[in-house]
Amino acid sequence: MSRGKWLALLCLVPFAVLFIVFQIAPLVWVLIHSVQSEETGWGLANFIKIFNSKFYLQAIQHSLEISFWSSLFGIVIAILGSYSLRKVDSRLRNFVNAFANMTSNFSGVPLAFAFIILLGFNGSITIMLKQAGIIEDFNLYSKTGLIILYTYFQIPLGVLLLYPAFDALREDWRESASLLGANSWQFWRFIGLPVLTPALLGTFVILLANALGAYATVYALTTGNFNVLPIRIAAMVSGDISLDPNMASALAVILVGLMTLVTLVHQWLLKRSYHVAR
Amino acid sequence: MSRAESTSASLYHRSVVWLLFLILLLPLLGTFIYSIASSWSATVLPSGFTFKWYDQLWSDPRFLKAFGQSLLVCVAALVLSVVLILPLLFVVHYHFPKLDALMNILILLPFAVPPVVSSVGLLQLYGSGPLQMVGTPWILIGCYFTVALPFMYRAITNNLQAINLRDLMDAAQLLGASTWQAAFLVVLPNLRKGLMVALLLSFSFLFGEFVFANILVGTRYETLQVFLNNMRNSSGHFTSALVISYFLFVLVLTWVATFLNKDKSQ
Repeated sequence: MSRGKWLALLCLVPFAVLFIVFQIAPLVWVLIHSVQSEETGWGLANFIKIFNSKFYLQAIQHSLEISFWSSLFGIVIAILGSYSLRKVDSRLRNFVNAFANMTSNFSGVPLAFAFIILLGFNGSITIMLKQAGIIEDFNLYSKTGLIILYTYFQIPLGVLLLYPAFDALREDWRESASLLGANSWQFWRFIGLPVLTPALLGTFVILLANALGAYATVYALTTGNFNVLPIRIAAMVSGDISLDPNMASALAVILVGLMTLVTLVHQWLLKRSYHVAR
Repeated sequence: MSRAESTSASLYHRSVVWLLFLILLLPLLGTFIYSIASSWSATVLPSGFTFKWYDQLWSDPRFLKAFGQSLLVCVAALVLSVVLILPLLFVVHYHFPKLDALMNILILLPFAVPPVVSSVGLLQLYGSGPLQMVGTPWILIGCYFTVALPFMYRAITNNLQAINLRDLMDAAQLLGASTWQAAFLVVLPNLRKGLMVALLLSFSFLFGEFVFANILVGTRYETLQVFLNNMRNSSGHFTSALVISYFLFVLVLTWVATFLNKDKSQ
């Protein structure tokens, strides 16, 4: 190799060091310690304990349920929204698109506080709905409340990801289909949906990963009292009671496992969607 | 499609878009009204309006300190990422194009590994020992570097591909520039705008980061988001003023970024 190439390689060293210190090393630590326990040493003791504990299983179940439903509601609203966005005049479209872009940063602690104001026990919407007699009571700090809250932060992300996907659906296909006698339902069933499917699944999977890893929103809303995976993990390394970094690592491995699965599926779908778009 | 049908379709699409806008606006609007309400409890609408919460917020030394510290950490992390990622990308694209595939896998890691998981390892590794960093801004700067990495890497890569790095370098060298001169005087100015957009957008999401800040550092070096969370037991009007101030700040940044972006595409 020439001197220039060696110098070039040298430029990569600081980056590599930082990336290892702050990304690789913590992950490796978690992987190694997930198969260690204070009492039994090396082995799968942590995982066995997790899968025999109602409490941990509940955390996993809550995480999956909230992620699934919020992603589903989020993507449905995003589909309807981004399809209609394509059909309105450009001024309204650009405005709402830019607004969705900006609200995608409105998540975590500020979002939780905003929802407490609107939908908390004394929230104005809660009171309005109660006065109108539509609801008896509403508990934002429950699973339903969290699904609504999560859905809110999934919508802008869904719109951002899906809006470009509708590019794949060319307007002349619609005209050709209708010339050949297809009605609107048939167009969507046999042309629209199949073309969009990879993009839709890909977006769904990103939303799912987004919700699975979310910590700030639920922490700020319930001060860490709602049992989901990220809350359990954090409580075992930074809480006041029962610190158990090894157990936290095992739960973290389960969370990363779920997310890796989701990321791999996404990569695979991305390749397919690209193929279809061409 | 008949005329009546297309009008009703257009009406449908307009209402869907407005509804979407309203859903997204509602929490912000609620918080905004709360932040300018003198008192608002157990009623649908507030009883009066005032700016005193903003006054109180912007004269609170703890808030100003947290704001400053957030700015400092985010700017430091972004400076670090530019200083490290630019040469990296240049070297990868100019000298070792094959490394790009590896990089594309590596930059997935900050996505696939949620901050709460990294925190477990970070707390144990750097809580004590030779690299003791927990509780200091240094660990946040390092973590924010990894958070911004995928985004910065992709954004700058797209830019590099658009400007045809190899041709530009060859042309500059043909005219007598050294590799360094070509990189700094020819390539870098061409990347400036794309880099600005990537930086502004990265800044806006780093500024809202809570997980690392809360778990690794907490009150020992309070950032804005941690301050907001710690103020949970104070007046809701005060925290609303804080939320709105924060959002407006991010809004201006994203608006500038969109503006720059639009300018570029013309």
